[in-house]
Amino acid sequence: MSSLRFSRVPAIDTALKLVTVAVAMFAFVFVVMVPLYNVLCDALGINGKTSSQAYTAVPAAVDESREVTVQFVAVNNDGMPWSFTPDTRMMRVNPGSANGVVFHALNPTDADMVAQAIPSISPSRAAAYFHKTECFCFDQQMLEGQSSAEMPLQFIVDKDLPADIHTITLSYTIFDVTGTVTDGLASR
Amino acid sequence: MGRVFSGAVLAFLSPLAAAQNQVNMSPGVTEIGADIFELHMLIMWICVVIGVAVFAVMFYSIYAHRKSKGHQASQFHESTKVEVAWTVVPFLILIAMAVPATSTLLEVYDNDEAELDILITGYQWKWKYEYLLESGEPVAFFSNLATSQEEIYNTDKKGDNYLLEVDEPLVIPTNTKVRFLVTANDVIHSWWVPEIAVKRDAIPGFINEAWTRVPEEGIYRGQCTELCGAYHGFMPVEVHAVSRDEFDAWMAAKRGAAAAQTQLAMQTLSVDDLMDQGKAVYDSACLACHGAQGQGGIGNAIAGSAVVMGDLSNHMAVVAKGVSGTAMQAFGGQLNDVEMAAVLTYQRNAFGNNTGDVVQPGDVNGMKNG
Amino acid sequence: MGEHHHGPAQGISRWLFTTNHKDIGTMYLWFSFAMFLLGGFFAMVIRAELFQPGMQLVEPGFFNQMTTLHGLVMVFGAIMPSFVGLANWLIPMMIGAPDMALPRMNNWSFWILPPAFLMLASTLFMEGGAPAFGWTFYAPLSTTYAAPSVTFFIFAIHILGVSSIMGSINIIATVMNMRAPGMTYMKMPLFVWTWLITAFLLVAVMPVLAGAVTMMLMDIHFGTSFFSAAGGGDPVLFQHIFWFFGHPEVYIIILPAFGVVSQIIPAFSRKPLFGYASMVYATASIAFLSFIVWAHHMYTVGMPIAGELFFMYATMLIAVPTGVKVFNWISTMWRGALSFETPMLFCIGFLILFTLGGFTGLMLSIAPADFQYHDTYFVVAHFHYVMVAGAVFSMTAAVYYWLPKWCGRMYNEAMGKTHFWISFIGFNITFFPQHFVGLAGMPRRIPDYALQFADFNMMSSIGAFIYGASQLLFLYNVIATVLAGKPVSDEKVWDGAEGLEWTVPTPAPYHTFEEPPAVPKPAGTI
Repeated sequence: MSSLRFSRVPAIDTALKLVTVAVAMFAFVFVVMVPLYNVLCDALGINGKTSSQAYTAVPAAVDESREVTVQFVAVNNDGMPWSFTPDTRMMRVNPGSANGVVFHALNPTDADMVAQAIPSISPSRAAAYFHKTECFCFDQQMLEGQSSAEMPLQFIVDKDLPADIHTITLSYTIFDVTGTVTDGLASR
Repeated sequence: MGRVFSGAVLAFLSPLAAAQNQVNMSPGVTEIGADIFELHMLIMWICVVIGVAVFAVMFYSIYAHRKSKGHQASQFHESTKVEVAWTVVPFLILIAMAVPATSTLLEVYDNDEAELDILITGYQWKWKYEYLLESGEPVAFFSNLATSQEEIYNTDKKGDNYLLEVDEPLVIPTNTKVRFLVTANDVIHSWWVPEIAVKRDAIPGFINEAWTRVPEEGIYRGQCTELCGAYHGFMPVEVHAVSRDEFDAWMAAKRGAAAAQTQLAMQTLSVDDLMDQGKAVYDSACLACHGAQGQGGIGNAIAGSAVVMGDLSNHMAVVAKGVSGTAMQAFGGQLNDVEMAAVLTYQRNAFGNNTGDVVQPGDVNGMKNG
Repeated sequence: MGEHHHGPAQGISRWLFTTNHKDIGTMYLWFSFAMFLLGGFFAMVIRAELFQPGMQLVEPGFFNQMTTLHGLVMVFGAIMPSFVGLANWLIPMMIGAPDMALPRMNNWSFWILPPAFLMLASTLFMEGGAPAFGWTFYAPLSTTYAAPSVTFFIFAIHILGVSSIMGSINIIATVMNMRAPGMTYMKMPLFVWTWLITAFLLVAVMPVLAGAVTMMLMDIHFGTSFFSAAGGGDPVLFQHIFWFFGHPEVYIIILPAFGVVSQIIPAFSRKPLFGYASMVYATASIAFLSFIVWAHHMYTVGMPIAGELFFMYATMLIAVPTGVKVFNWISTMWRGALSFETPMLFCIGFLILFTLGGFTGLMLSIAPADFQYHDTYFVVAHFHYVMVAGAVFSMTAAVYYWLPKWCGRMYNEAMGKTHFWISFIGFNITFFPQHFVGLAGMPRRIPDYALQFADFNMMSSIGAFIYGASQLLFLYNVIATVLAGKPVSDEKVWDGAEGLEWTVPTPAPYHTFEEPPAVPKPAGTI
């Protein structure tokens, strides 16, 4: 039939090129879209994500001329039985100054548990101007059963924070990651 | 006769009749709501005008250019002038639409300088409201569907606010810029109240913001608008906007109640009190999954359950921590010691379980702290 | 190959092993019709539950399984395979090729579909039930909180993705390599053009969908955290990936429909298609724009305002090429010699209702207004106007139009027209009131609703039963035609039909164009 009139070679050639495109698009999701999304999140503060690295730049002079309100919010994710609260719910800070807040965590269960706190800043535009010099959220936090801990956070609000932002809310959602930790901890 | 007639007219014009069969978006009560409504109407009318013009041409053609009337087909098949025109003109119309759309969007995004901040957390299948206050006793509570199972399953007459009523509404002061911080505990939810023009997705782990300034006192109702599991249709939002004074009084009462709960937790309650309160907690927190008779459903049966009739501390652990990988949530953060004691007592004695165990708030507190 | 020369093999092996584009096209069409009835049955369950406020027939969890499977089966089982079937039947005949370029792959791309859908349907009987997270399967509802059957759902999506990709590759390879001498690109019928562009879209985005479900699979079973904040992922990332696939997907569904309408309207206007070249460019622009508008499905997710504005402007732009298409179709009818056989009726129905869906689409593109529309029945009404009145109406038109050529028998015109009018009226009774309840505040995907929505929902359900029943009339008409319709022997079944497929004998023989045809007409006079 078609072989009388057409060679299959060019069609197979086209098909192979298209298979390459399809495979490339599959790879594109993993090697481009995911990292690109993370880069965009960092750059634009999507979902108020903050850097997961400690801020090490030398702080500039403190801007005494204005104050910004910083609110702290703690949220427990599903199935997380810890009590987790900041010692201060709201503070007024000068941009450029170093500030600190402590979160109290209590593991009321009998089992050892590991938690991961995920920060999110609102408005998301402010995320790039909120620098954490020390944060418990950089690492997973282990608490033995029936024990509690103080978790410190040190931060600087950048002097270049846009003038129309007067309030920054920092939320931490804590997740129970005990089951996913691989260092031999008994999972729940 | 005339009376009956005017009565019928009145009934038709009454707000209830108007709410029934509403065909258009509500402008709501806020400035932004009104802006969005105007934008919606503007775009709709532009579409109507274009649609009428285009279909008039088509219907004329259908009427006049039919073969059955002997119309001969002309053979033209392009015209650069016309084609350029109908590419450029729509483009200009779109620009005219984009201008008001952009300015309204900028307003929606202006979240700064709120006078009151409220954290809204979506749970399967309820909302938690937490007022972010500078100092003092924190005010936080859950807001559950108040419509009874009997209404939902048609054994009882449905009330006027069927599926749109909650046990504890969100209360906000009027003429105050209120900022909502929206997040979720488990899956994605979306907090929507059409009348105040706020809809924001609640995303677990992250926080979103929205704001409103409600000028009129009133009750505004909405629903979750992101599919969040089986009972997505059963987690309404009810907002009460009240005057500043009334709000302050409410807030003081709320704080007083929180203190009273702490007091209550120190006392020993009667079995009847525990059972009554336990039933109330059960109906709002457990019933949807475990059934009105404890017969089970999505969740296991409570009646005759080995967990419920077994070791108390294990029973409490299940209720407080949930069972991972199942729909059984952790209620530890949602129930205070009194409620926990009450619901444990209720489960251990209702539905024929009759263990005779009485759990006091103090026991709960003791187990919590080892 | 010699034994295929004189006709099909006998019995079941004809269908199992066939490499003939007409056989495979037929199988795709019947399969998609079966899926259309299955998805329609799910829709009837949904509408029956929503007939009155209160829970009557099913439990909320099962209701969600119904909405999920209705969406998946209709999109991936009914609409997409039906257009692939049409492409199989028509593209080789329209470009003067003897068959598809890769016939054995063609056989495979069909035969992996039924097992995929069997697997998807079987999840209904699994513990925990079928997927209940909507056809958009947002994480974490579809990962951490999903029933165990989600793994089978993922596997089914993988298989049908592979099937779609193979089908598309075949179409592209056929169009690029097997056109008859003289059939230049700008002489191809518009149906071939729209399918060529659709096929490129499919090759580009089906792998993205496969990537999304693969990530879900890894999150569920292998401890990764693509979509979980706890491990550094983000549930919103899922939505971006899904809609990066999902928006082109919408055009994958509608572009071949545009192609069908562009064939049928000229035939019954007895006049060449107006603006052939601009139709091709408009199709290509729509395809291009479809890649940069995905986040308009996510206006309420909390994007930065710059993103919100970008996606709003880009989305509004789509109105321009879409408008061009509608204007071209109406200009084609203008001063023609119109007649109104069933295919033309369905195309006019398409034109009116699709344009309505386009208008609501424009309204939805306006981000601030979308804060009130998002995830309400207004959206449900919108996409059923473009999916059902758009894709399904045009598909129905195509079946009536080409059926006499395929089987050499004429369908019953009176029954066809009755089917149209019942469908048209039933469709509008179903979906027009959904605009109202949506604007009034009824969220989508809820099994029960507040009392003020009751009247319109009842109306909607009645309309749905009418529309559903009218499809049985269609089924009967098609079967009656194939078995005992009035024989037709004219090569041109319709006096206004143009194109190479109308130059072969009726019914179309098993093998066509083994010798290349002469391509007579210049561009624009299809």
